[in-house]
Order: sequence, then structure tokens, then C-alpha cells
Amino acid sequence: MGDKVFSGLALLAGVAILATLVFVAVFLSFNSVGAVYREEEGLIIRQFLQYAYPLVIGTLIASLIALLLATPVAVGVALYISHFAPPRLSKSIGYVIDLLAAIPSVVYGAWGMSFLGPTLVPLYGWLHQHLSFIPLFAGSPSQTGRTIFTAGVVLAVMILPIITSVCREIFIQTPKLHEEAALALGATRWEMITMAVFPFARAGIISGVMLGLGRALGETMAVALVLSPGLLTASLISAGNSTIPAEIALGFPEAPPGSERQAQLIAIGLVLFIITLIVNMTARWIVSRHKEFSGAN
Amino acid sequence: MSKSITAKDLNVYYGDFLAVEGVNIEIAARSVTAFIGPSGCGKTTFLRSLNRMHEVLPGARVEGQLLLDDDDIYAPGVDPVSVRAMVGMVFQRPNPFPTMSIRENVLAGYKLNGARMSRSDADGIVESALRGANLWNEVKDRLDRPGSGLSGGQQQRLCIARTVAVKPEVILMDEPCSALDPISTLAIEDLIAELQQEYTIVIVTHNMQQAARVSQNTAFFNIAGSGKPGRMIEYAETSTIFNNPSNQQTERYVSGKFG
Repeated sequence: MGDKVFSGLALLAGVAILATLVFVAVFLSFNSVGAVYREEEGLIIRQFLQYAYPLVIGTLIASLIALLLATPVAVGVALYISHFAPPRLSKSIGYVIDLLAAIPSVVYGAWGMSFLGPTLVPLYGWLHQHLSFIPLFAGSPSQTGRTIFTAGVVLAVMILPIITSVCREIFIQTPKLHEEAALALGATRWEMITMAVFPFARAGIISGVMLGLGRALGETMAVALVLSPGLLTASLISAGNSTIPAEIALGFPEAPPGSERQAQLIAIGLVLFIITLIVNMTARWIVSRHKEFSGAN
Repeated sequence: MSKSITAKDLNVYYGDFLAVEGVNIEIAARSVTAFIGPSGCGKTTFLRSLNRMHEVLPGARVEGQLLLDDDDIYAPGVDPVSVRAMVGMVFQRPNPFPTMSIRENVLAGYKLNGARMSRSDADGIVESALRGANLWNEVKDRLDRPGSGLSGGQQQRLCIARTVAVKPEVILMDEPCSALDPISTLAIEDLIAELQQEYTIVIVTHNMQQAARVSQNTAFFNIAGSGKPGRMIEYAETSTIFNNPSNQQTERYVSGKFG
């Protein structure tokens, strides 16, 4: 009896998730029709893509900057907590990192806009002066610091706690047996980590990074506040670029219900949905590719 | 290769807790020495202090001297990492690296030295180490398969091959057969007899018949009570320990009256 109730509940929960997913997908697709079809002109996919691709690229750039900055730091901090710090210290560092996750994103946005941006202005000036032959640092540097790079840094700080805590959990679970196997062969602490800890934690690190990427892709408030949006530009240090969530957040209140503009915003939301889906599936694929060697068997 | 081990008044501590007290022992090169005794008597702790593996736990330290031939492995300035490269260890449960293939497992310790080697050199090392561990014929066609896919006994021999590949002076074995079936156990015991030609071997075992089968010398450890330090009670030729022990406790233990 109890078994039946439980299996029923589990099934229900599973179905509920699928149903939500289908509902969201159907809602997004149905409401985005207006963005790609006009009665008098027929399909206008080309126009929509013209509108969407700068936003897609902007979103990816901001998230990529965030990942590149956050991942090494997060892995390093997690490793310090799990394998290097004395037990008391490691606990308090863990708490501080978790606190970072508790800060509302609007606060991060305000901090990025009023503090981090202006602070980074001299750096942008320097980068432009010395490295302007690289397209990334070519355009005229922003005087407010409200650039895609600043947004990326803010996102990095925001996703740091997620990646750190996932990595820490996995690092701690590394079997003692394998750590000792490495040490007994004459490995230094770092060699032990590369031989036993990292291979064991590989899948966990990837899923932590993907969780972080998911948050970075979807982050609205912080980016909307930090970035002064504009046209797509390769330069990271001048004003311009925008991301999908920021575009939706800034544009939606002004779009009349049922209008083509609203359909456009929903359609771009659908695009973000698909990107996130691809990211997650890629992560799963990477994780499962080396299943045989994962130690799960 | 292969060195003798001498402990002089060795005390092993975990923090303030004295785990093993006053061990004096001389272990000859190219011999098999068994440590027997009831659970918690400090035999594993003492074994792990022979390659400084007990220092994995914070606060672990020793007093006294532990000589490998004539070099004190606890002398100031001695790096535990270099000690462990000389004194290899095989653990209770087989622990090949799960993410590595059989071949990579054998080469794992070798690669730590950072020595660049050609493919053919590496092949040679893999083959000789696996032959040395009596595993070559069973795995030669699947060297690129994961080591974790082998049976328990094969995994343990893979771990021995991995240890042998770095050419240690001494091999420590911490109950290497306790997780294995009788046939695999026999294979490991045969292997120990062969390895003895080249290495000094110290084995901790709960199985007294095993100690009698594989070792020339046996040390009996015992503990006076919980919370008290473990001590080495008697150390002699294996036949003496089992047939004609001089100590009452040893006699009671080997005749199965306790433990």
C-alpha cells in the first residue's frame, strides 16, 4: 500500500515536471508566432534573426566572460576548502561563499553599476591604450564602465557560489582509497589532486559549471542595471551589446499586449530557452561520454 | 634494490594519543615479515608509519628512529613524498584509479617522476610490471580497458603491478587479501613469494594461516586495553611464533584463545 502511494507520488512529480516543460515550450512557441509571421508579408524569419542574433551573441559573451573568470576561482576555492584549509577555517570560508549566493541579484546590479563599473574605467583605458590592436579592446572605452565586461564580472561573482559549492561537495566525496593510492605512489598533494580528485570530480565540476552557466544566461536584473545596452560590438570595453534577459526585462513593460513587439520578446525568450536546453544536453553528453571510466561501476 | 628496516624505540602518536609504543624491530632485506595481532593493536598504524602514510591524518607524528638501511626516514628535511616513492604500499581493498585504463594505472606512479618516456619504453614497463604481478596473460589484450572492470583479485594484482612499476625498495601490504576470495588469495600469496626475491615485504594480516604460509618472520602485536597503546609483544621466526612462542600472550593468540 505504502509502496503504491509512494510510486504514485513519484510518478506524479515526474509527470508534473514534464508537463511544466511542455507547457512553457508550447506557450513560448504559440506566442512567438507574431514575431516570425505577418499577415501581409508572410514569414519574416530573416527580420527576426536580424533582431535576435546580436542579443544571442551578447548573452553568450557575457556568460562566457563570467564562466572564464568564475570557474578557476571556484575550483580553487573549493579545493582549498576540501583539501588544504584547516577544518575550522574551511567551514567559515564555506559560509562566506554561501552568503554570496544569498545576495539578491538587484543588489549585485546596483553594486556593479555604481561601484564596479567606475572602478574598472581606468583598466578599460589602459587596455585600450596598450591592446587596442585586439578587436576586443578596440572601441572607445566607456566612461561609466557600464560595459559587457563589467556585466560579465558581476555575473562571475554571482555564479561563483554555485560552482564552488557543487565542486566542494564532490571534492569532499573523493574516496580516501584513491587519494591514498596516489600518495602511496609518492605523489605530492597537488599530484594526488590531479590523479585522484579531479578525475573523480570531473562530471561534478562540469555540472557545477553548467548550473553556473544556466544562471548567467538567465540573469536579468544585474545585467539590466549594469549594462547600458546598445548595438552589437566586438569591443568589450565600450558601451553597447545587450543580453536576451536584459532586453526582455527592459522591453516587456513597454510592449503593448498582443503586439508584434511583445511576440518578438517572447520569441527571443524561446531562443534563450533553446540555448539553455542545448547547454544542458551538451553537459550531459560530456558527462556520459566517459561513463565506463567514471568509477560508478 | 631492497633495503632493510630498523625501528628503534619507535612511538607513534595521533595528536596526543599514543597509538603504538616502543617498537624495536629489525627487518631483513628480501624477506617477508608478517604482523599479526587482534584488531586495534596498532599493527596497521605501525605499518603505515613505515612509509609515513599515517601522516595523512593531521597531528600524526612519531618519536624514535626508523631506518631504511642506514637512513632515518624521519630525519629533519626528509620529504615524505620521497619516502613513499621508496616504500610502496598495497591496501586492504583494491584501489586502481577508476578513471584510468589498466595501462595508465601501471604507469601512474612512474609518470609522477615526470620522466618523459617513449611509447616503447612505456610498453616495456607495463609488460614487466604486469608480468611481475602475474597479471600479464590475463590482461594483455585489454590494456586500454578501465582497471575497475577487472575482478577483485585482478584489481589487487594490478595495484601490486602499479607499486612494482616504480621499483620501490620495500613493499608494505595492509591485509591485501581480506577482500578477496580463496583463489585470488592464493594467487596473491604465490606472488608474494616471487616478489620476495627482489623486495623487502611487510604484510599485515588477520589470517594466521596466511602469515604462516608466506612469511619467514612474524611480529605479534597486542594491546593491554582500549585507550592503551599497542605494543610489539614478540618478534621471531614464523615457525617459532606459531610452534614455540616464548610469550604467554602470543601463545594464547596463535592457539586461538583470544583475538
